[in-house]
Formats: sequence, structure tokens, C-alpha cells
Amino acid sequence: MRFNALRVLKEGLTGNRGWRPHWRKPAPKPEYDMLIIGGGGHGLATAWYLARNHGVTNIAVLEKGYLGGGNIGRNTTIVRANYFLPGNSEFYSHSLKLWEGLEADLNYNVMHSQRGLINLFHSDGQRDAFARRGNAMLAQGDDAILLGRDELRTLLPCLDYDQARFPIYGGLYHKRGGTARHDAVAWGYARAADARGVDLIENCEVTGITVNAGKVIGVTTSRGEIRARKVGIVTAGRSSQVATMAGLRLPIESHVLQAFVTEGLKPCLDHVVAFGMGHFYISQSDKGGLVFGGDLDFYASYAARGNLPTVEHVMEAGMTLMPMIGRAKVLRSWGGIMDMTPDGSPIIDRTPIDGLYLDAGWCYGGFKAVPASGWCMAHLMATDQPHPVARRFRLDRFATGELLDEEGTGSQHNLH
Amino acid sequence: MHLPCPCCGPRDLREFTHKGADDYLRRPAPDAPPEAWDDYLHTRANPAGRTRDLWYHDPCGTWIAVTRDTVTHAVIGATGLEDAQ
Amino acid sequence: MKRRATGGSALTRARKLGFSFDGRNLQGLQGDTLASALLANGVRLVGRSFKYHRPRGVLTAGSEEPNALLEVLRDGVFHPNVRATVQELHMGLQARAQNCWPSVRRDVMAVNDLLAPFLGAGFYYKTFMWPRAFWEGLYEPLIRRAAGLGRLPQTPQDAPHERAFAFCDLLVIGAGPTGLMAALTAARAGADVIVCDEDRQFGGRLLSDTGQIDGIAGADWAAQVVTELHALPNVRLMARTSVVGAYDGGVYGALERVALHVTAPGHAPRECFWRITAQRTILAAGALERPIAHPGNDRPGVMLLSAVASYWHRWAIDPGRVVVFGNTDHALATARALAADGMNIRAYVDPRTDLGTDAPFALRAGAEVVATHGRHGLGAVTLRQKGRDIRIEADTLALAGGWNPSLHLACHMNGRPSWDTAIAAFVPRPGMVPGMDVAGAAAGRFSTHAALHDGARAAAESLAELGLTSPDLPLPLAEDAPYAIAPLWQVAAPGRAWLDFANDVTTKDVAQAAREGFASVEHMKRYTTQGMAPDQGKSSNMGALAVLADATGGTIPDTGTTTFRPPFVPVSIAALGAGGHGKSFAPERRITSDAQVRAMGAPMLEAGLWYRPSHFPQAGDRDWRDACNREVLHVRHAVGVCDVSTLGKIDVQGPNAARFLDFVYTNTMSSLRPGRVRYGLMLREDGHVMDDGTCARLGEQHFLITTTTAAAGEVMRHLDFVQQAFCADWRVRLGSVTEHWAQFAVAGPLADDLLARVLDVPPALPFMGCAGVTVGGVAARLFRISFSGERGYELAVPARFGAALFRGLLALAEGMGGGAYGLEALNVLRIEKGFVTHAEIDGRVTAFDLGMAGMVSAKKDCIGKAASQRPGLHGPERLQLVGLRPVAHGTEIAAGAHLYAPDAPATAPHGQGHTTSVAYSPTLERWLGLALLRDGRARHGSMMRLDDGLRGRQAAVEICNPVFFDPDGGRMRG
Repeated sequence: MRFNALRVLKEGLTGNRGWRPHWRKPAPKPEYDMLIIGGGGHGLATAWYLARNHGVTNIAVLEKGYLGGGNIGRNTTIVRANYFLPGNSEFYSHSLKLWEGLEADLNYNVMHSQRGLINLFHSDGQRDAFARRGNAMLAQGDDAILLGRDELRTLLPCLDYDQARFPIYGGLYHKRGGTARHDAVAWGYARAADARGVDLIENCEVTGITVNAGKVIGVTTSRGEIRARKVGIVTAGRSSQVATMAGLRLPIESHVLQAFVTEGLKPCLDHVVAFGMGHFYISQSDKGGLVFGGDLDFYASYAARGNLPTVEHVMEAGMTLMPMIGRAKVLRSWGGIMDMTPDGSPIIDRTPIDGLYLDAGWCYGGFKAVPASGWCMAHLMATDQPHPVARRFRLDRFATGELLDEEGTGSQHNLH
Repeated sequence: MHLPCPCCGPRDLREFTHKGADDYLRRPAPDAPPEAWDDYLHTRANPAGRTRDLWYHDPCGTWIAVTRDTVTHAVIGATGLEDAQ
Repeated sequence: MKRRATGGSALTRARKLGFSFDGRNLQGLQGDTLASALLANGVRLVGRSFKYHRPRGVLTAGSEEPNALLEVLRDGVFHPNVRATVQELHMGLQARAQNCWPSVRRDVMAVNDLLAPFLGAGFYYKTFMWPRAFWEGLYEPLIRRAAGLGRLPQTPQDAPHERAFAFCDLLVIGAGPTGLMAALTAARAGADVIVCDEDRQFGGRLLSDTGQIDGIAGADWAAQVVTELHALPNVRLMARTSVVGAYDGGVYGALERVALHVTAPGHAPRECFWRITAQRTILAAGALERPIAHPGNDRPGVMLLSAVASYWHRWAIDPGRVVVFGNTDHALATARALAADGMNIRAYVDPRTDLGTDAPFALRAGAEVVATHGRHGLGAVTLRQKGRDIRIEADTLALAGGWNPSLHLACHMNGRPSWDTAIAAFVPRPGMVPGMDVAGAAAGRFSTHAALHDGARAAAESLAELGLTSPDLPLPLAEDAPYAIAPLWQVAAPGRAWLDFANDVTTKDVAQAAREGFASVEHMKRYTTQGMAPDQGKSSNMGALAVLADATGGTIPDTGTTTFRPPFVPVSIAALGAGGHGKSFAPERRITSDAQVRAMGAPMLEAGLWYRPSHFPQAGDRDWRDACNREVLHVRHAVGVCDVSTLGKIDVQGPNAARFLDFVYTNTMSSLRPGRVRYGLMLREDGHVMDDGTCARLGEQHFLITTTTAAAGEVMRHLDFVQQAFCADWRVRLGSVTEHWAQFAVAGPLADDLLARVLDVPPALPFMGCAGVTVGGVAARLFRISFSGERGYELAVPARFGAALFRGLLALAEGMGGGAYGLEALNVLRIEKGFVTHAEIDGRVTAFDLGMAGMVSAKKDCIGKAASQRPGLHGPERLQLVGLRPVAHGTEIAAGAHLYAPDAPATAPHGQGHTTSVAYSPTLERWLGLALLRDGRARHGSMMRLDDGLRGRQAAVEICNPVFFDPDGGRMRG
């Protein structure tokens, strides 16, 4: 069923009775060509690109709960391509280009909104670091504009330019940055993959990965055994647990990141704004809620919830950056489980086990990566070769020292 | 969340800085093979459940090893590093 | 709707309060909420729904209100999304409806309601995709403008808010019969008790019914208990306080509305966010009544029965002709009581067939409401009984679909409640939040007797946990009527039946979601937006869940609930972030010369938490560069003075101090002789440079090391870790002494002359020497070290003498043709010398990259040494520190520009590195830069192109050694 305005009109006139399920609810078959563990954004995108780019359709996505129930369903929805290290830069650039065609690709409105992202800087040193970043973005073919304080004032009059503890010197403006409707991304990929014959199997928890003589031969699940010669682990947040089933230990520690949304408000903020000194970022959803977040809670956690010191710190940062938001009320807070790696960058690679692939370690930047991650993971699983834009996301880079440390904070997992 | 500092008693989370799992205590010998160093610096069991990790109590300068649960956030106990080795 | 002539326990009739709604001047009474005052004035239409802009009236009498969200004037601006049911009336209050234009009665956007068939669940995912460019330009702005509720004023929120901490043995959440009984029991046992209740008055539902306790009115019993509690020193009663979140370790967040009910609050905090730490907690938050999904159930005039009762008893609101639609014995009993009290109840409608016969109103058994009538407010209802439709004129339809225990806080730690078939509701399981007991209606025990009994039980159990003895407290006598519910989740009849009144989610939307495969409760919620409005679905989630279970053929417990997340009620960011406004976001650290350098007109720069002077302007300067150049030349030609106290200073003492420093520095410190200083490099354990600084040996077992300003905290934590984790048995102790010493650089050819006039006995120090000295009799320390490349010293005195010393040094320097220099000049001086700061040591850089691989001693282990040997951290692919200078001397360059081969395009694959620091050097009269360049050391002398596309600038540059000035260091050594 193609979605378009005419269809909405027709269904509306006939009582909306003709809508069909977005995806089937198939029972698992005993064997597939490939299995993807994890029905989140990355896993569903992997399935879609396997089907569309590589013609691999005899595959299943195995999801423990409901599709899109992990971090794709609980993030702050920011989409950007503003990395500066070779390795990250080309990957996120590729991802943004995929975002720009996603609605047409999937025939699903994921509400990708390129409303512009502004990273504020608060010292000469920070400006220099953002200049380096901006020049890298331009060199990558993406967009970046360095704004001075006065230009910024015109664009964002609601910031505190005069009293803030860390004065605002200017900002790096990434016009193609923005947001998207997170759940819709999962559903769009799911629906498109399903239409190509991919089996999306919900409530199917993988309980074991079967390995024989160094090669993967299938998995055991809460819904029985399923055989496959290629298995992808795409379970960011829970990567360590799933990898353990294959006897692997990963360079990952799980941390909680909290996020917040306010009650709905009429449009009052037209960009995504990030405040470097306070670790605070904010945008307004199409429904009107201000969506914002800050730093990790910093302790290892699988609880998907955090504590008040971080909550209060985020709110203080918001007040000092944008004091008008004091009158908005926080409606809901939540936490996601972040796969934190020792350099803050992800892993898309083969594992020491033949036929077992890993897409993990997205730290708290996984949402914007969904299209390119799926694209590159599909490429890796289909061809056994890393995709050129993801070739540096190697599992062994920590051993070799070929790191991708954008923050420059070193090998401690929670500092990225 | 409160953590028990051996010096100061139970203190609020905001007074502490978290470093990571207690793997950091098992520093390899200087001449250990690169794999041992890779393991030490990067690889983590990352359990969903009982763990022991390292925290710094900023006001008093004491590093502690805290036994706690990463799923429930229950804090089971803590010791100074001398007793944690 | 109108005010009754008498009654109203909350009201002070003698005190009339003028207020306005949408510009109409109205009158209420002291004790009114905004909602009760509006109802008293006959105002039923108070807002518009989110999507279809349907007329909305007051549904509830509490914080769970989905409809009556208004804009209320506070501190000169209208605040959005204020619940009229919580906002207390005060003199002069101004309110207006939101999400409507031009007025709440004539709202243009109500056209959406006509388009409802096309705007069902998830319609926007299926359209607005073509043409692509129209999304940002047209569709999204339209959607955004239509969505949202109130308007957020674009001015700063600077009204006072506070944050506070409290501690107790027992926190009681809710002051209804359960909470009061629990609090009384614990208080008499001597426990420290805090009782929080959302309401202005304690008593909970006892304030809204006519039941008796121990033979007196429930409200009077509550008042007696409150009086006793109030008098006890171990009890704190917190009215107007919503406990909003349960966190780890017995920590609860609570919002106190301190002055939102006051016309002129002055300096009083408007709200206070409390962090309460409790040994034990009793959740006695009661229960929330739920509506029934029947066609037309969203019309103003449709209210919950409990709200009708509250407005009747507390605020003397006469709801006119009332039809009650219920499905429990409790609802029928309530209707009887209200009728007995004089309310005009025209009919009681219940799907159950056996209701008895004796009632002062028409009993419609086996009946359901199937339609409502009236444009902006209810005029009549149609009910269906035995297939026959009966129309009844009515002003108010009171819905009583049963009760949901208010278990939200118990679920904040991921615990899932269990389904209780007897009451057709979810109830908490034990132990969902450690230390919390749930009692009374919040646990599904609904009668007053059960509430009192359960409150006493919970208190006794908490007291036992606390090691206190329970007092011998007789249980007061109260009703113990059965609840008896026959669940009714939706009425099967044509028309739209609302679940989520705020977000406009109907039973059809849920059914459609199920049809489209969104059968998991989380999917349904996200697809339909059910429960995502400001009320978080408090009155609607349960119904939606039941409708979903019905649509998918599942059971309610199998379908499950969505996740309960804090906060229980929305909390203003101003309250949660109180203290974060403006300068108070972070502490301000000030150097001892702060007042003086500010008096000299120096602009101050943030350096971490410190403030440092940027430069010292003088009359005639065109800009800061003139000042900076002057200060640099002072240092190069005369003498300059700079406050460098912000550098981290760590005192290291003990017999094993030298051994310890050998372990944390790459180079060897144990070979340093007392009275000498050495530059030192510290690595992180992952082999990258953490920080650099100096290490002075003050005595055989006594060292003083310095860190950069930015890394002082990190280095201290790191050293403490290394010492406690790996060298616990070594005899060495560390202490930060950053604040103890004020330290000043005295640099330039005349530095010795200046010091000769300051120091009591000037020592003859070699380069990199140190000694104790006295200044005017004060013991001080002198280090001959240089960050400028000139002959230079740093002189440290105890911090209390810092201001005086700076004054003295400055006067002398100025008399010698020099003066103070600030951060800008300091930076130029160090760039001229190729000294690095954190612009270069950016966390990705190794000793090898800096050309300092030789400083990593081969003879000993040190932190970071093993990992620094990884192959990826060596070789020509690495970015290495170099100097660069534009071929044309006057060409201005900037940090953050990228380096390319002269003929290569400025694209990522060709990038060779970037500039980290640049300066105009008045000494060399040209621009200089430091850069990190791929294989940089091998490229000294080569020409490259510096591309700064961001600022539209390019420059041809020559790569060179990073030490531009006095490369052999004769000036500082000599």
C-alpha cells in the first residue's frame, strides 16, 4: 500500500477501514540467509538496505520486545553531519545525504526537518575548535557557517547574551542539521523492509548464538532455534550481553543518558541549539514540546533512568543559556542505555567469529547515524568488506591505536 | 543515589566522580603483551547486574570501589582501594 | 453551573476576589481555585483540544486535569499551560484561554474537527512527502503552528525560584485518610516525618464527601489530626507540595508551590524544588477516577463524578441538572449522598442490571450514555436502555468509570504493576521502590476503613524498620462499603468517543492503530499520541489500554502498561534549575589580583572557572591588539608581570615522593636535585598527553608540581588514583595547594633588577632553579622558569599577600618601562616560543606528535608508556606539531584553518592538518601559527596552502620549526 495524500483522503471518506498493518507478524522460519539481532533503528535499516541495495531478502530481524523500542524510541532526535575526524566525517556526511532522501526511499514521512543546528562557543579556544570542525565539514562537502555574536543574536534572540556565566561568543551554524520524528524512522524502515519480504519478528528474544568451529550457524531464541550463516548483532545498549552469547567481550560500557520534554508550546524555538559549556542541547518538536538533554549520569547503568543531580544540572544549563524556558514545564524525563566505547565512536565490523558481525558502540549519537549505519552494516554483511565510509569503525582500533576520539577525552568510556 | 565513603559516610551522588569498572585496578606488568594492555584499558564485562566500579569522592580525595547493581542501582557496599586490591 | 448560597468548606465567603478570564471581569471567593471560580461564574468552556480544537471544559478537580489548561498572568507575563484546577484564585488574577484564535468560543482552527476523518492516528506519516522542499517551507510550519498549546513568553524567567533539601525518617506522600493515619502513627512514635500533599488543605477525599470517622465528619477528623501533627516538632507538613519523582537511595523530588497563589509575591520564591531523602516512604496518593469512553464524552459539562462532588462540597458549585453515568456501587453511593445533600440528580445510568429500586433519582439500570448534546456546553444526554434511546436535559454529566490507584511514583524505578481483577485496575507490587510502602487507595484499598487501617499498618511496618515502637493507637471507625465494579471501557454506539481529551485520541484511533499493526501498547501510544499530553494520560491510559486489548483480542494484563516516568506532574524548568540563572550557573574563581586588574580596565576571560585578565587597555589603543603588542614588547624589552596563580599546584611529600613522580611523569624526577625545577610531561594511561607542567624539588622528600589551569582537577584525581590504586603502600602524600599560593610571573631582561628590589635577599638562581625567599619578611618561593622565553621567574606568596605583592611588582615594572601583561600577550609569547597549551594538547596528541618522544624515559615504567607504544600512535600518518608562517608577512591567519598541498583541492581526502594557535608576533612583526600536520616534522621548509573556507580566507604558508624566536633559548637561560 503506497502512502500519499490521496490515500489518506480515500480512507478518510470510507471510515479509515482500509488501512493494513505496517508490517506482517510472521512466525520465525527455521532458517534464513541472514539474521539481524535487534529491531531498533539500526537493525531495521540494515534489513532494508540488505534487501534494497543487495537483494538479500531471506532475512529476519529478531526483536526481544517491540520494534523500535530501544534508543530509537527515546532519543532527542537530532540529525547532523558535523564531525571533524576523518573516519567520522565521511560517515555522517553519507548518513545526512541518506536522510535527505529517506521519505522518498521509504514512502514514509519521518518528518526530517532541516531547521538548522547551532553549536554555541564560549571562548576563543572553543571558537578555534569549532572553526576546525566547520572547515572539516566544508571539506567534506557539507555546510557550515561561523556566526559571530551579533549575527547569532538576530537568529536566536532568546539566549542570554549579557548575564550568562559563560558568555556566548558565537556559534557554528549547520543549516542542514535538524531533527526527525524518531519512532517514524523505525516504522518507516520496518514497513519498507517488510514490503521487500524481510521477516520482522517481535517478542523474539535471542538467548544464544550457536557457533561451530569458529563459524556462526544460528541462534536460539525464545521462539525456537533459527539457523543462518550470517548473523549481525545490532543491539546498541545491550551489545555486551548479546556478544557474550558468542563468547565475545567488547570494548563497551553501558551508561545512562537522560532526556526531557516539556508540555506542548506554540513555536518558540526554530533551531536545534547546543550549549557547549553546559552540555545542553534543545529543540522543539513539531508537537510543541521542548526536547532537551545534557550529559551522561556518568555511572554504568542498564536502568534506563537517571538521578536528580544530572537532572538539575541540565535544567541549570537551560536556565543560564535560555532563561525564557524557565516557564516551560518538564512533562516527562527518561533515560536510554548508551553503548559507550573508549573513543566515543562506533564499531561496524566483523568479529573474530566467522559470519558474526557487529554494529555497536553508538554512544549517544546513534540516531542520526541510523541510515548510514544500516547502509554500511548491510554492505559488510552482504559483501564481507567494510563500506568505504565506515572502514575506520574497526573493532581492533583500540588495540592498534587508530582511534576516532572527537572529544579528546581518552580511553575512559564515560567521558565521551 | 548515595554512596558510602569510608572517610565521610554516606554521601550524595553529586559529590562523586565515576571512573569505570574495577578492571582499572588490575594494571598489567609494564612488559605485558599488547593484548593485555588492550584488555585492561578497553574491554569490559559490562554486566547487567552486580558490578564493582571505581568512584572518587571529590571533597576528601578518596577513591573507592563500590559494589552495586547496574540494573536496580542498588548500592551494596564500598571500600577504599587499599582493601579493594 | 452556579454558586450555592451556602456551604463550601474551602471558601471564605466574606472575602471576594476580582479576577478576569479572557478579559471579562469576574468575581470569586477566597479559597477558590481558578476552576471553581470559573464554574461559579457559569464559565464552562475554558479551552480547546490539541488537534481538533474541540471545546473543552473542566473535567477534574486536581492536578490530573487534561482540559482546563490556561494562560495565567504572573510577574507581568502570561504563563502557559496552568492548570485551572490547581491554580488558587487570588485578587486580580488574570487568565485567558490558549490554543484558540480569535477566541475560545469562535476558534478558527475548529475547522480541523470537520477534517477529523483525514486527521486520524498517524495521518502525517502517510502524507506531506511531496514535493520534498515543501516540508520545511510549508507543511511543517503549518503543523507546528497548529500544534502546541500555550505560548511561551520570549522574555527571561527571572522571578525567584529555590531548591532545597530535606531529610526524614518517614516521608508520607498524600494526606488523605491513609496518609494522615500513617503520619499520626509514626509521629506519635517519635519518627521524623514529612507529609506532602498537593492540595492547599490536608484531608484528601475526606474534604469532598460526607462520610464520618469516629462519629464526626471526615473533614473534621482530618482537621483534628492535622492540628496534632502541626504541634509536633518531629513533623513537617508540606501543603501545596507534589512529590514528582522517586529516585535511587530514598531520594524523592518534590515541587512546592510557594507563592503562586499570591497576588504580589515580591521576593518570595514562586516555587521550590525539594530533594527529600527518606529512610522510609509511604505512598498514600489515593486514586484517580476514570471517565467512560462514550460518544460525545468530551463536551464541556462532562465531568468526573468525584470532581462534581468536590466542587459541590468544597466550593459550593451547583452543577445544575446532573446525570450520573457510573459502573460501581461507590458511584451509586456517591450519587445518593449528593442527592441527599440537595444536588439535582436527574438520573443515575449504569450498565449493570441490578441497582435496586430505592433512590431519590431515576435509576437507569442496564443503560449507557450514547450521545451528548450542546454546542459549547452540555444541554442534554441521550442514554440507551434496552435498545431504547432516552433523552434527558442535563447541565452536567458526571462520569464514574471506576478508580485507578495513583501508583505512578511506585513505578518510577521500572517496576511494573499487577492487574487486580476485583477492582479492574493496576495495583503496585511490593518492593517496586526500595523503602517504599504503598497504602490505602493507592494500593487499591478503597473504603475509608481500609484506608485508615492500611495507613496504620504501613506506618507500623516502617516504624519497625526504623527501630521505633509503634504507639498503641485505636483505629477510628469508618465506612467499609464494597466497591463492586463492572468494568465498562467503551460504549458501543456510533460517534466518536474520547479517551485522551487533551490530545484528541478516540477509541477509533486506538482501533485503527491496532488495525495498522500497532498492537503493542507502546506502539499504540506512540502512533496515536495517547497519553502524551500534559496530563500524561492519567485519566485515559487505562481506558486506551482496555480498548487496545479489546481490539487485539488480548487481555489487559497481557497488553501491559506504558512506562511511568517522572515527573508525576509537570515541573517548571525554573524550579528544577533554580540557582542556574545567569552567573550562578557555575562558581566563579578569582585571582588575588582580581580587583586590581579589573580596576585597570582589563576585560576578564573565563579560564575554566577562573577569570583572568585578557589585556590592559590604555588610552589611544585602537583595539586589544595594540595592548597585547605593547605587553609582549614589555616582556621582550623590559619586564612584565602576570598573575599565573590559576595554574594547578600540587604538593607531593614523603620518602617515596620521587619514586611516585617517576611513575606519573614520562621523564625522571628522582634525579632532580633539591632546588631545581624540571619540565614534566604526564600521559593518560592510554598513552596520550594528559598535561604538562613543572616539577620543583623543594627538599629531599618534598616536591611541588604545577598543572595547566584547565587540567588541575583532572590531574589531581588522576594522581590520587595512581597513588591509591597502585602505590598505596608507598610513603607519599599529595595535596592540592592551588588556592594557597598567589603566583606571579616576572619576565623580561629586567626581571632580575625588579626582583632585586622586591626580595629581601635575592638569591642567584640558575635557569630552572628554585629557592625559598622572603618578601618583606614573608616567606615566599621563587622559581626561575619561563613560559615567555625571556629570563623569567615565578614568585609565589601565601594567597593573602597576593594582592599586595601584585601591586608592588606592578609599580616597579611600570617604573622600569614594563608593566602587567594579560592572557593575550601570554599566548603570543608562548607561540613565539613554540610552547604548547591545551590548544595543542587536545587529548588526541601523543609525546611523539609533539616531538617529545625522547621525554618518555626508556629506563622506567610510567603511566601511559605501554599504551603509547601502540603502532597507530607513531609514524608519518600522525599529525605532528609544526610551526608555520604566511609567506606574505602581513597575511592574517586563524586557528582552525586546514592545511593542504598548494595545488590540492580543499576536500577531506586531501586534508593534511590544521592550525591550533595563531598570533601576530610584534617581536617578529609577522603572523605565526602552530599546527598539527601529517608527518609534519619531515616537512619543515615545505610550502602549503592554509584554507579557512569558513572565513573565506586562504594563505600560502611555510612549514617550520615551532620555535620561532630565540630557538636555542639563550635569552631565558642566560
